Amino acid sequence: MSSSSKGKGSTKPWIAAAVACAAFLVPALAAGQGPAPPSNLTASDHPWDNGTRIDLQWSPSADDASLLGYMVRRRTTTEDAFSVVEIVPAGTSAFTVSNLNREAGHLFQVTALGANNVESTPVATTAPVVPTMEWFDGTRLWFLFTLILLCGVVIAFIVLARRGKPLTLRRIAGLEAIDDAVGRATEMGRPCLFIPGILDMSDIQTIAGLTILSRVAKTAAEYDAKLEVPTSRSLVMTAARETMQTAYLAAGRPEAYNPDSIYYVTDEQFGYVAYVQGVMVREKPAACFYMGSFFAEALLLAETGNLVGAIQIAGTAQPAQLPFFVAACDYTLIGEEFFAASAYLSGEPDQLGSLKGQDVGKLLVAAGIILGVLGATVVALTGSTFIESLVNFFTGTMLT
Amino acid sequence: MKRTVPLLITSAGGFVLIVAYFIPFTQNWGELAAIWFDILAAVAFILGGGNLLKTHLKRMSDRVRGWGYSGIVVVSFLVTLFVGLAKVGVNPSPQFTDFAWSGQYRQMGGAFWYLFQYAFTPLTATMFSLLAFYIASAAFRAFRAKNLEASLLLGTAFIILLGRTFAGVALTSWIDPAVWDGFAYFTGLRLENLTVYIMSVFNTAGNRAIMIGIALGIISTSLKILLGIDRFYLGKD
Amino acid sequence: MIEFIVTQWWLVAIVIASLIPLAMRFVSGGLLETLRTLDRRWIFLLLLWSVLIPIYFIGVTGRTFPEVPSVLARATFDEIDRLSPGDSVLMAFDYDPASEGELGPMATAFVRHAAEKKLKMYFMTLWPIGPQMIDSTIAKVITADFPELAYGRDYVNLGYKSGYEAVIKVIVTNLRELYTTDSRGTGVQEIPMMEGITNIQQMKLIVNVSAGYPGTKEWVQYAVTPFPQVRLVAGATGVQAPLLYPYVPRQLPGLLGAIKGAAEYEKLVVDAYLGANPHPKYLEALRRMGPQLVAHLLIIALIVVANVVFVIDSRGKKR
Repeated sequence: MSSSSKGKGSTKPWIAAAVACAAFLVPALAAGQGPAPPSNLTASDHPWDNGTRIDLQWSPSADDASLLGYMVRRRTTTEDAFSVVEIVPAGTSAFTVSNLNREAGHLFQVTALGANNVESTPVATTAPVVPTMEWFDGTRLWFLFTLILLCGVVIAFIVLARRGKPLTLRRIAGLEAIDDAVGRATEMGRPCLFIPGILDMSDIQTIAGLTILSRVAKTAAEYDAKLEVPTSRSLVMTAARETMQTAYLAAGRPEAYNPDSIYYVTDEQFGYVAYVQGVMVREKPAACFYMGSFFAEALLLAETGNLVGAIQIAGTAQPAQLPFFVAACDYTLIGEEFFAASAYLSGEPDQLGSLKGQDVGKLLVAAGIILGVLGATVVALTGSTFIESLVNFFTGTMLT
Repeated sequence: MKRTVPLLITSAGGFVLIVAYFIPFTQNWGELAAIWFDILAAVAFILGGGNLLKTHLKRMSDRVRGWGYSGIVVVSFLVTLFVGLAKVGVNPSPQFTDFAWSGQYRQMGGAFWYLFQYAFTPLTATMFSLLAFYIASAAFRAFRAKNLEASLLLGTAFIILLGRTFAGVALTSWIDPAVWDGFAYFTGLRLENLTVYIMSVFNTAGNRAIMIGIALGIISTSLKILLGIDRFYLGKD
Repeated sequence: MIEFIVTQWWLVAIVIASLIPLAMRFVSGGLLETLRTLDRRWIFLLLLWSVLIPIYFIGVTGRTFPEVPSVLARATFDEIDRLSPGDSVLMAFDYDPASEGELGPMATAFVRHAAEKKLKMYFMTLWPIGPQMIDSTIAKVITADFPELAYGRDYVNLGYKSGYEAVIKVIVTNLRELYTTDSRGTGVQEIPMMEGITNIQQMKLIVNVSAGYPGTKEWVQYAVTPFPQVRLVAGATGVQAPLLYPYVPRQLPGLLGAIKGAAEYEKLVVDAYLGANPHPKYLEALRRMGPQLVAHLLIIALIVVANVVFVIDSRGKKR
C-alpha cells in the first residue's frame, strides 16, 4: 500500500510538466506547420496567343481566408529547381504564366502562403505542358478592331469622295504660301532650299516631306527657279532625285532637271546643319522649306534662314521642335497638317477623302477620351464597381 | 508595267507586314524587314560617300565660290576614313597580341579616338551650343504680346524660365506655411511648383493632342501609299 | 561678390570694354532706335557674358546655388536607392557629345549612385556614338574612384547595336540573340556577370539617359509597356522631357528633365554619399545652374525690352 501511494505521488509532477510542455509546444508546432495546401492544380495552353503563356487553375486552400496569397513557381523539364513566378492574392484560383519558352515543357507548383510567410506543402503538375502558338495573337484582337475601324473610316471617305461627294477643307496658310515663296525666289534671282529632314526613308515624315518636294519641284520647274536639296541620308538623296525628276517631267521641263542639285552631305546631325547653315549664308536662298523630321537643328536652320532674309515654311511631326519653327518661321505646318499637305496640294478627290477620314478618326478618339474621363470621374465620385470594371476593361484590355 | 510593279511591291510589302503583326508565327517579320532596311542603309553609305566626294571634287576643280571649304571636307573625310580603317595608333588586343589590327578602332589613345575627342566632340558641342544664342535672338525678335494668346504664352514662358532656376525658388519662397498657416493652401503657386504643374498638365495635354493628330495623319498617309493613291515616286498619269 | 569683382577686375574690365560700343550707340542713336535696329550679335555677346561670368565665378569661388530636389528627382533617386547590393541594373546611355552638357552630369551621377550601392552595371547604347560616352563615364567614375570594381564582375560594357527600337524589342526577351560579345569583343559566355542573364526583364532597373531618338520613349513603348514588371527611370534633355510626362509615374516612375533635373539628382547623391567636399566632377550640374539662371534672366529681360519697344511703336502707329 505504501509503495503505490509513493508511486502516485511521484508521477503527478511529470504529468503536469508534460501537459505544460504540450500546451506551449502544440501551438508552436501548429504555427510552424503552415496552412492547408491548394489542390487540383491543372495547367493548359493559353488559347489564341503567341505560344508564351500557360493557364493555371487550382482549388483554393481550406485556409484561404487567412492566407497572404499563393506562391506560383515554374521550371522547365531540363531545370532542377522551381523558380518563383509571382505571388498572387488570396482568393485567386487561376493565373496565367507569361513569357515562357515555347520550345520547352513546363511544370508548375503552387503553395499557399500563410502568415509569417510560412508555405504549405506544394501541389505540382506532373505532366509537362508545352505552350503552343496559335494562328492569331488574341492579345491583339482589340488593336485589330481599332485598326480596322480607323482605316475603314479613311477608306470609306476615299470611296465617298470618288463618288463625287463634295468635301470642304479649311485653309492651311503654309501650303498656300508655297507657290508665292517659289515665285518670290524667282523674282529675286535667288535659289530655293528644301530640307527633307534628317531621318531616313524608314520614317514616315521623310516620305511626307518628299511628297511636298514633288509639289515644290513642279512649281520651281514651272517658274524656272533653282531648287537645292541637300540630304542627310543617301537613300533620301536617291528618292529625292527620283521625285524631282518626275516633277520636272510632269511640269514639261525635263531638260531643266539637274541631278547635282540634290546631294548627300553627312548622316551626322550637327555636321549636316553646319553645312546647310554655310550654304544659307553664302548663297542666301530666298525661300527655305523645312519638311520632315527635325531635332535640335530646327532652330539653328530657322534662325539662319531668318538672318539671310528668306521666307520660311516648315512642317514637322516632332512635337518638341514645333515651338521653335512656330517662333522662327513664317509658316508652320503643325503635326497632321504636315501629313495633310500632299492631299491638300494635289486637290484630288481620293486624297481629300483621306483627310476627311482622318478627321472622323479624330472624332472617334475624342469620343473615347471623353467617355473614359467621364467614367473615371464617376468612379472617383461614386466608387461604382461596375463602372470601374468597365473603365478598367477599356483602358486595360481594349487600349493595350 | 513600269508603274504597276513598284505599286504592287509597295502594297504587298505593306499589307503583309501589317497582317504579320497579328499572326504569332510571323510576328518577327517586321523586325526582319527593319534589319533588311538597316543593311540597305549601311550599303547606301557607300553611295553617299561617293556622291560627297564627287560633288566636292567637282566644286574644287570648277573653282566655284567657297571651293576651299570643299577641300576641307574632302581632306577631313579621307583622313578620318583612313585613320579608322587602318586603326592608326591602336594597340593590338590583349587576347590576340600577334595581330596588329586586333585592337578596337575606338581604343583610347588611338588616332581615331583623338579625332573624336578633340575635333568631333568640341565641334558638335559647339553647334549644339549655338541653340542658346539663337534662342536669345529669336526671343528678342519674335516674342511679342500681339494678342491675348501671345500674352498668355509670354506669361507662361516667364513662369517656366524662372521656375527652372533658383530665382523662381527665391521669388516665391515666402509662400511658406511656416510664415503663415494660410499659405499651406497656396504652395502650388510657388514658381517651381507652378512650373511642374504647367508642364505636367497643360503642356502634356497639348502634346497629347498633337501626338494623337500625328498618329492619325500617319495612318492616313501610310494607307494612301499602300493603296497606291499617293504615287509621288512614280509620277503622274 | 565684391571680393570677386576686386580680385578679378580684369574680367570686369574686358566685359565693360566690350559693351562700350553698344553704350555709345544708345547715346548717339537713341534708346528706342538702337533697340529697334539692334544687331543680333550684341545679343549673342550679352548671352556669352551671362554664361561665361557665372561659370568663372563658380569656378573661382566654388559656390553654387542651393537646390531643392523636386518630387520626380527624389523618385528617381529612391528607385535606385531601394535596390540591394548585387542587383542588376541596365545603364542605357543613348546620347552623344552634343547633349553632353545636359546629360553628362546625369550619367556621372547615375553611375556614382550605382557604384555606391554596389549594383551590377550593364552598359549599352542604341546610338552609334554612345560607346564613347559610356567609355568616358566609366573612366570618370569607376576607373577613377572605384578601382576595386572589376570589369566583367561588377560592370560590363555591351556596347552599341544598330537597329534603333528593334534592338529593344529583341533584348527584352532574348538579350543573347543580339549581344554575343561585349564592346571589346569578349564572348558573353566568358563574362562572369553575364551568367544567367538572358533578357533585360531580369534587370531590377533600367536607367536610360536619352537625347532623342531612339531614347526613353522607345524604351517605354517597347520594354515597359509590354512587360510592366520592367522598371525604368530616365534622364532626358529639356526638349524631350515634356513628351515623357504622360508616362509618369506608371511607366516611368522617375524622370530627370534637363540640367535642372540633373542638378537636383546630383544634390541628392552628393548629400547621401559624397559628403561636404565632393570632387568637382560630381557637381557639374549644380555648377551649370548658375549660368542657366543668369541666361534665363537675360532672355526675360530681352523679351520685356522688346515688348516695351513693340508697345511704344504700336501706340505711335495708332496716333
